[in-house]
Amino acid sequence: MIYREAGQIKTTYRADMAIFPITQDRIGFMIIMAVAIVAIPTLASTYVLEAFMIPFLIWGLAAMSLNIMLGYAGQLSLGHGGFMAVGAYAAYNFATRIPDLNLIVCFLLAGLVTAAVGVFFGLPSLRIKGFYLAVATLAAQFIIEFVISSFPWFAGDNMMGAVDTPAIVLFGWQVDETVERYYFVLGFVVVLTLLCKNMVRSSIGRSWMAIRDMDVAAEVIGIRPLQTKLIAFGVSSFLAGIAGALYAFVYLKACDITSFDLFQSFNILFMVILGGLGSLMGSYLGAAFVMMLPIVLNLLTTTFLGGTGHSDFIANAEHMVYGGLIMFFLIVEPYGLARMWTTTKEKLRLWPFPH
Amino acid sequence: MSARKLGLALLAAGIMAGTLSGTALAADKSDPNKEQFVPVLVYRTGPFAAGGTGMPGGLLDYFALLNQRDGGINGIKLVWEECDTGYKTDRGVECYERLKAKGAKGAPFFLPMSTGVAYAVMERAHKDKIPNVQIGYGRTDSSDGRVFKYSFPMLTNYWSQSSAKLTYIAGRMGGHDKLKGAKIVNLHLKHPYGEETRPVWDKMAAKYGFQVTHIPVPWPGIDQKSLWLQIRKIKPDFVINRNWGVSCTVPLREAARIGFPRDRIIGVWWCGAEEDAIPAGKAAVGYITAEFVKIGQDVPVIQEIFEHVYGNMKGNLSAARVGSVFHNRGVVWGIVMTEAIRLAHTKFGVGPMSGEQMQWALENLKIDAARIDELGATGLVPEVSMSCFDHEGGGRVRFKQWDGKKWNMITDWVNSDESLVREMIEASAAKYAKEKGIAPRDCPPTGRFAKN
Repeated sequence: MIYREAGQIKTTYRADMAIFPITQDRIGFMIIMAVAIVAIPTLASTYVLEAFMIPFLIWGLAAMSLNIMLGYAGQLSLGHGGFMAVGAYAAYNFATRIPDLNLIVCFLLAGLVTAAVGVFFGLPSLRIKGFYLAVATLAAQFIIEFVISSFPWFAGDNMMGAVDTPAIVLFGWQVDETVERYYFVLGFVVVLTLLCKNMVRSSIGRSWMAIRDMDVAAEVIGIRPLQTKLIAFGVSSFLAGIAGALYAFVYLKACDITSFDLFQSFNILFMVILGGLGSLMGSYLGAAFVMMLPIVLNLLTTTFLGGTGHSDFIANAEHMVYGGLIMFFLIVEPYGLARMWTTTKEKLRLWPFPH
Repeated sequence: MSARKLGLALLAAGIMAGTLSGTALAADKSDPNKEQFVPVLVYRTGPFAAGGTGMPGGLLDYFALLNQRDGGINGIKLVWEECDTGYKTDRGVECYERLKAKGAKGAPFFLPMSTGVAYAVMERAHKDKIPNVQIGYGRTDSSDGRVFKYSFPMLTNYWSQSSAKLTYIAGRMGGHDKLKGAKIVNLHLKHPYGEETRPVWDKMAAKYGFQVTHIPVPWPGIDQKSLWLQIRKIKPDFVINRNWGVSCTVPLREAARIGFPRDRIIGVWWCGAEEDAIPAGKAAVGYITAEFVKIGQDVPVIQEIFEHVYGNMKGNLSAARVGSVFHNRGVVWGIVMTEAIRLAHTKFGVGPMSGEQMQWALENLKIDAARIDELGATGLVPEVSMSCFDHEGGGRVRFKQWDGKKWNMITDWVNSDESLVREMIEASAAKYAKEKGIAPRDCPPTGRFAKN
């Protein structure tokens, strides 16, 4: 009754091709944007912004990058932690070696460098598929970690072996307050997500899905597999690179290669699987689940039991409940959290008169 | 089906709401102006839990001792909240953000409990004016207090420790002049913590003419067979064991297999706990590591912890771990931090202290031998003399040897090569200041660095 598209007649191609063809979706999107831009920065405490929102947006972007590759183009990657590292270190080197360069340009260049690295490691994807490709990208993860940690040049010849990211300054505006840093991340995330949304709706996105669903058939109807796959690798690692740069510059502010280890690659993969393959929104839902849930569980048990004397129980309870919830959600909805939302929408369309 | 799911969701929501309202009722009614809040990071899960329980355990036992025996510091009770990081950097940042504003005046200081977290909160702590205190670990070049106003790598940083190790090795070989042509292998974890001492070994090798080979151990370092084959080919005089957690024990077993004498393996102090030696069994006998505290229970303050804290069943750990390496380190942390709070009370009045006030106190902290005796901590704590110029305030190290059952202290305090280390620290800190656009403060060299 509330959520129904009946009566919304499209009279132009433009209206038909809009990102949100249904009015209610458009309103919903506006509300989400209003919450993200106005409500959260004004109402949320610094703690919520620093510990939840900023890392959530960054990991959401990272999950989206893998979702494009795995969910849309069907290419499994275990190297996204490594690609994030490339982005972080590339942005650091651009920012410190060319100090006059605008930081947004630095980040975009870092994205391009990561895209080049991603395309390079994507070259074998024409020949190898599935699990074998996963192993090849796993190699990418190890090679990137090895190269960056073996040559001190990448960390600016820093004797401490870590990267001290320079201050974020845009056109004389020093981005260092929590709210400012939140907006900085939000800006990147919104723009890149809209670009991706349009990309997956366009011919590129459709060719990715064709390759994913059956590569032989896709080739027969005239889609070039190598090119399509490499574009997926490039776009995906571009986004991963920017997410890595944001993670280093905005969240950690000083980072080392262990911040981008194999566990991070797995974490990104879990976000995509739990959130929903082939859904941009699912990436953000998955990121919220994987990143925020353990902290929320920890906070709940801490407030319930008190912060002293029980921290061994709290630490273990967090792991157990988190693991239990992963199993629960995968049993209830194997296609991820995004599918749950789709199912809800289907039900809402019929509500209150289901047949 | 959907009704059942809805029911489950409602149940979950109900539990959450119940939890929240339950805590609102349970809020304590003590006076916040009579309490000193301290944030405490722990990692009770994961591969490094031995350290992540032992050190906070010792710290909290000492706090509990002060609360029970003396009624706090000048009548101000110590209260704390633990936050578990699991040794993960991002969770450490979350803990920092969670705890930094608690208590009457916010966190007085922050003990990051891992090198990764120490780096990640470096800039945040500077901005929030909270001292970032790393005792026995952390960012070496932040010993230069002129650049790093809010970072305190206290007692001994890693470079000082390495130079003290070389002094010890030279002593074993019969003087610094005998080092010429010697071979030392720096077996280190491939991790920023492990790689941090490479430059200081290179510098010392150039100065004294010995040969140093850096062999990185891939994380997490459970398999080191091929590395020890390499060591066997090199035939080094000494091997530096710079690992952490499980990877500390593996070299002992591998050395036993190739017949390399264990008393020629010199471990970093993070490879020097009972938890590192016991799993290697007989292979660990003779193994030597650096140390910044005294091990064992024959220290008056440890005895008092037994009597007042464990006697009242208020101990943080199992009583068997009292006097162990990690526990005593935690007690030393507690002594240093509470002495700083005491000093802050003399300047700013008795009450909860803010981070800015503690910054002053830490920078002016002096713990001399008389005070250490008074605290009942003779031999446990090294003398400390901090200044705006010198945020390390000590730089002295002891060495201890494993006899198969327990650690025995085999040296008194060994001095580090201050001038060599300080020069490198200043170069690295100046680079940091330039990158971050920090104007170093103007502080005169003090204490051991004073020019006379």
